[in-house]
Amino acid sequence: MRHAIKKKEASCACYSGGADPMHPRPFRVLEIWKELSDTFSMSLTPEDGGPVIFAPGQFNMLYVFGIGEVPISVSGDPTNRSVLIHTTRAVGNVSKALDSLKAGAIVGVRGPYGSEWPLAVAEGTDLVFVAGGIGLAPLRPAIYQAMAERHKYGNIAVLYGARTPEDILFSKELLRWKARFDIDVQVTVDRATGNWQGRVGLVTKLIQSGGFDPMNATAYTCGPEVMMRHVVDSLHERGVPLDHIYLSMERNMKCAVGFCGHCQWGASFICRDGPVFRYDKIVDTLNVREL
Amino acid sequence: MTSSHGAVGQAHSKAHSAKETSIPVGTKVVIDEAGLSALFSRLIKIGYQPIGPKVRDGAVVYEEISSPSDLPVGFSDEQEGGKYRLVPGTKGSFFEYLVGPTSWKKFLFPPRHKMWSADRDGKGFTVENPTDDAPAYAFIGVRSCELNAMKIQDKVFGFGREDKCGAGIFSDPGYVARRSKALIIGVNCSRAGKTCFCSSMGGDPHMKEGQGYDLTLTEFAPSNGKHEFMMEVGSERGALILDLLPHREARSADVSMADSQARKARGEMGRKMVPDVKDVLPRNLRHQRWDEVAERCLSCANCTMVCPTCFCSTVNDTTDLKGDHAERWRSWDSCFSIDFSYIHGGAIRRETKSRYRQWMTHKLSNWHEQYGTSGCVGCGRCITWCPVGIDITEEAKAIKNTGE
Repeated sequence: MRHAIKKKEASCACYSGGADPMHPRPFRVLEIWKELSDTFSMSLTPEDGGPVIFAPGQFNMLYVFGIGEVPISVSGDPTNRSVLIHTTRAVGNVSKALDSLKAGAIVGVRGPYGSEWPLAVAEGTDLVFVAGGIGLAPLRPAIYQAMAERHKYGNIAVLYGARTPEDILFSKELLRWKARFDIDVQVTVDRATGNWQGRVGLVTKLIQSGGFDPMNATAYTCGPEVMMRHVVDSLHERGVPLDHIYLSMERNMKCAVGFCGHCQWGASFICRDGPVFRYDKIVDTLNVREL
Repeated sequence: MTSSHGAVGQAHSKAHSAKETSIPVGTKVVIDEAGLSALFSRLIKIGYQPIGPKVRDGAVVYEEISSPSDLPVGFSDEQEGGKYRLVPGTKGSFFEYLVGPTSWKKFLFPPRHKMWSADRDGKGFTVENPTDDAPAYAFIGVRSCELNAMKIQDKVFGFGREDKCGAGIFSDPGYVARRSKALIIGVNCSRAGKTCFCSSMGGDPHMKEGQGYDLTLTEFAPSNGKHEFMMEVGSERGALILDLLPHREARSADVSMADSQARKARGEMGRKMVPDVKDVLPRNLRHQRWDEVAERCLSCANCTMVCPTCFCSTVNDTTDLKGDHAERWRSWDSCFSIDFSYIHGGAIRRETKSRYRQWMTHKLSNWHEQYGTSGCVGCGRCITWCPVGIDITEEAKAIKNTGE
């Protein structure tokens, strides 16, 4: 099967703090920086000096002492084995507590967990990354990896939609990528503010005009569920086969190791079978309300 | 880690250090009341904590017991949708009642459990495992459906399974440790209740060789001062214990009396699950019946609390007032609570119908894909303990009869 999602054996429990999969492993905060008004990134390094290993699309459980634990996708470069980067919005107890930490603080990390954005299956095809809002963060490691092995792929398109110009995540990086001759970066906003002269409209519009060969492309999308549904429709309309489309799902998660039951979605555990799914395998599940 | 080298209980090793036994697995013997008393004292002597049925607050519950006189002697029960009553049964009987609101899962997967604690040291913290002081349990009075339920939870928590971290397959060390130490002494059902349907979930009121018990008892109703139990050996551990009890060999009359009891119980089964429910439910996720059942369902979570296989849990992180000591506690959770599916922006399953559908489709259908078995053993607890008497077998039948 060409598009089977495989998991990195190398990632085997490497962050867990011992034989118990529920034990966090201490990581030191190197730096915390603001990305947007409500969004921040943090870089972490393991206290025990071990390597940071993850595959693009995977997530970790981050624990703040005494406050709690949350699942957050890795947003950093998978080729960097010493630093772990996470990007998230400060909206809940734990993410706000993470945001308020200072360099030098210790957080608990368990992971990496879950399925990856499969790039190996896409060798020789065009790559289309379609992100909405904070959904660019979980896709960024895959984009890094694709750029690091640029020769393996055809055209690469990064299509990004944000609510307003102020909500454009990783904007400096997007500009840097846009300056390259070997990648097509397009950004749109739902609502123009200030002196924005760029595109206005849904990210699906970018799919209609994006520079990729739909019959020979592999697409990766991450964002709000309703956005991803429309993205899949647009990709399919342009002719991208459904089994060449991957998306990342989010559900409540307490353990990330298949015990707590919270992340069940149909017969899948998002923590183990996801978060990245191939669209054709979950199309029936995705279209049922409140499943 | 694999379950095979999970912590082996003190009791377990003590039993093994006893002399070799010549009693093979599968042996059937007969013991009397004195033999049953000897079983309790033997178990306690070699270090087991006996757990078994006991009457409390008008129901049969599983708690620590120390002798046959702690059992619900002379009790039977009546069960129906939303109804449970203890009633007088055969005088002097030990096991005539059926399953009550508790199940053995509360010992192997405790309702509230400290997972670890952590103490600050400088900028960081050190995580420590709590010492698991759970004794080696001897579960006395495990019914056939309950043993099947235990084997289903074994799959969830990874007892007897290799971890595959790369594939996200882990085992719960606490569950595995408690489970590997536990001794299982089953009791065959002499009758079936009105909410029982184990026969249609692949089970049987009487246990079968290889089902996973260490010993089983079949109670022959007491009469004329004679009160006997046929005992079957299911494991070497069980054989070592039996070896030390007064017993006689089972005769063919004993075996056929047990067989006829099993036939009688099978014939009394009060409910029946539609056979192809596993395939029916996923085809009918938009069926109108979900709306109808939601009008009756109180979303109270009773069904998930009494279910012997439901395994969902949540975690609570706490600190002391100084903020130097933190703990993580795991407690039972239920897919019927609105918070269960909360993610930023709100709960996914806002409506009762979505939560009932999640519970029932998971139990009867998705479980097959996840664990290769149904999540239901037909014990009937969810029917009996539903305050409005919602009947999972009726709901399944209604969807099958009117659905796609």
